[in-house]
Amino acid sequence: MNLSKAKELFMKLVFMAAACTSVLAVFLICLFLFANGLPAIGKIGPLKFLLGTIWRPSNEEFGILPMIVASIYVTGGAIVTGVPIALFTAVFMARYCPKKIYRPLKSGIDLMAGVPSIVYGFFGLIVVVPMIRKLFGGTGTSMLAASLLLGMMILPTIIGPAESAVRSVPESYYEGSLALGATKERSIFFVMLPAAKSGILAAVVLGIGRAIGETMAVIMVAGNQPRMPAGILKGLRTMTANIVTEMGYATGLHREALIATAVVLFVFILIINLSLSLLNRRSENEG
Amino acid sequence: MKAEATAADRQISLNPLKENQIIHKSGNGKGTGDRALTGMEAGGSRTRFRYPGSSLLAFLTYLASFVTFALILFLIVYIMVKGIPYLTPELFSPEYTSENVSLVPSLINTFIMTLVSLAIAAPLGIFAAIYLVEYAKKGNRFVGVIRITAETLSGIPSIVYGLFGMLFFVTTLKWGLSLISGAFTLVIMVLPLIMRTSEEALKAVPDSYREASFGLGAGKLRTIFTIVLPSAVPGILAGIILAIGRVIGETAALLYTAGTVAQVPESLFGSGRTLALHMYVLSSEALHMNQASATAVVILLFVLLINGLSGMLAKRIAKG
Repeated sequence: MNLSKAKELFMKLVFMAAACTSVLAVFLICLFLFANGLPAIGKIGPLKFLLGTIWRPSNEEFGILPMIVASIYVTGGAIVTGVPIALFTAVFMARYCPKKIYRPLKSGIDLMAGVPSIVYGFFGLIVVVPMIRKLFGGTGTSMLAASLLLGMMILPTIIGPAESAVRSVPESYYEGSLALGATKERSIFFVMLPAAKSGILAAVVLGIGRAIGETMAVIMVAGNQPRMPAGILKGLRTMTANIVTEMGYATGLHREALIATAVVLFVFILIINLSLSLLNRRSENEG
Repeated sequence: MKAEATAADRQISLNPLKENQIIHKSGNGKGTGDRALTGMEAGGSRTRFRYPGSSLLAFLTYLASFVTFALILFLIVYIMVKGIPYLTPELFSPEYTSENVSLVPSLINTFIMTLVSLAIAAPLGIFAAIYLVEYAKKGNRFVGVIRITAETLSGIPSIVYGLFGMLFFVTTLKWGLSLISGAFTLVIMVLPLIMRTSEEALKAVPDSYREASFGLGAGKLRTIFTIVLPSAVPGILAGIILAIGRVIGETAALLYTAGTVAQVPESLFGSGRTLALHMYVLSSEALHMNQASATAVVILLFVLLINGLSGMLAKRIAKG
């Protein structure tokens, strides 16, 4: 009898310890990133590091503003190309899709979410880049290529949550609007979508997080020039790409500066996560 | 469906002309279903004419969905068509050389990596979920902390995991560039995914199961392992399959933790590249683009298989 009680207690502790792993992991990630990255920012000087426009490790010049701007531009581009398509598709899946083809379409979107970023990158390299080269000239590896590719990659990330946000709006809203004489589209886009606002915004923020953190696909199509972005047909280098391209051979302060780049990226992600959980809480309260 | 139909009918009855028609039709004694259908169609075409904004929105909705699904189809078909002709026997020779760029060692490494990381991540994730669902009391502050950290973890980009793995497992723990460093990095990465799906699966088990088990005199532990877990298996498995998909496709987190040696290492503490890394190295060297697309086909086949499996499981869950 006592033995089984001890066993119960022991397993409870095991379960609890397992639950603590995620807390421990976040703690360790913060600790190691900040401990290795912050000293470098101190050595370079926070302003020089964050606002410096020249990245020339051989001259000990570490300004990552071009990379920050590039990450924001590329993410913005992905939002402009991806979000409208994703939202309309989400509306289609929730309200228009005939029942018969819903399952195959849904698994198509799941498939799109499951395709690894390296495969997207390769697709970008052999399809998107040559297409841009043909249409606009230049090398093709550009901000435009990265934006288009990222716009495509964030589609499934946004469609899933946005669809369930639209679905969670009570049917009576739709019926009430129809009863007042509104058309189907008007009822969906001007009554249901505003009601699902928080959920849809959360989906978009999720997409932003995915776009800004995306690495491999962007490296393959963005051109990787570490200078201020000069136009949508010019190459650029995002923060993520900066880390991957140079980490292989970096040493000393250069290496630390790269880790510091990851710290900046991490802070961006934390802000995005925070706004996401705030939005989620709000949509839960509304529902 | 029914609600929509009645709503559409009502819409038409705003128009006196149509109202007569409907009365006439119902007088004819047609089936209610038929009537609803004609009513809806008539309403649709009529309103479309009157409200160009609505037809534009409808058009955009169909157009955007068409673009989305055309993109998926195009991506899959294009890579298949491009890569399948290069699935040559040399690409599958047992040893890697810089000439045949065989993917077999990477394939074996991928299997090892998947096995090791999930052997650790699956029990951890499931146990954590058990704690959250079965033990933790509602409104517990500690549970809130766990939830928030799990959410944070699932939002961190893979390159940050890669850097952390490099700093912690490779450098601090001195495991070097190795399969084990890569596997542990991936454990942290897929943990929130397994935790979340297992939690949902456990929550879906009806409380009456637990109560019946307690009522028969079983202890908490026994109830969990013999009653609750078995009924939650399909949901948990679906999560694990998703995690396998992420492990197979991961590149950025492994580049500086597992390394890019194109051999199967002698032990877990040796470096070895997975399929996705193999593909990255091939395409960034730009010498073997055809072989890279063939590797992409192999990866895509895995992804298709995994999606098929999880789809089947989802169907089983839906059936109950």
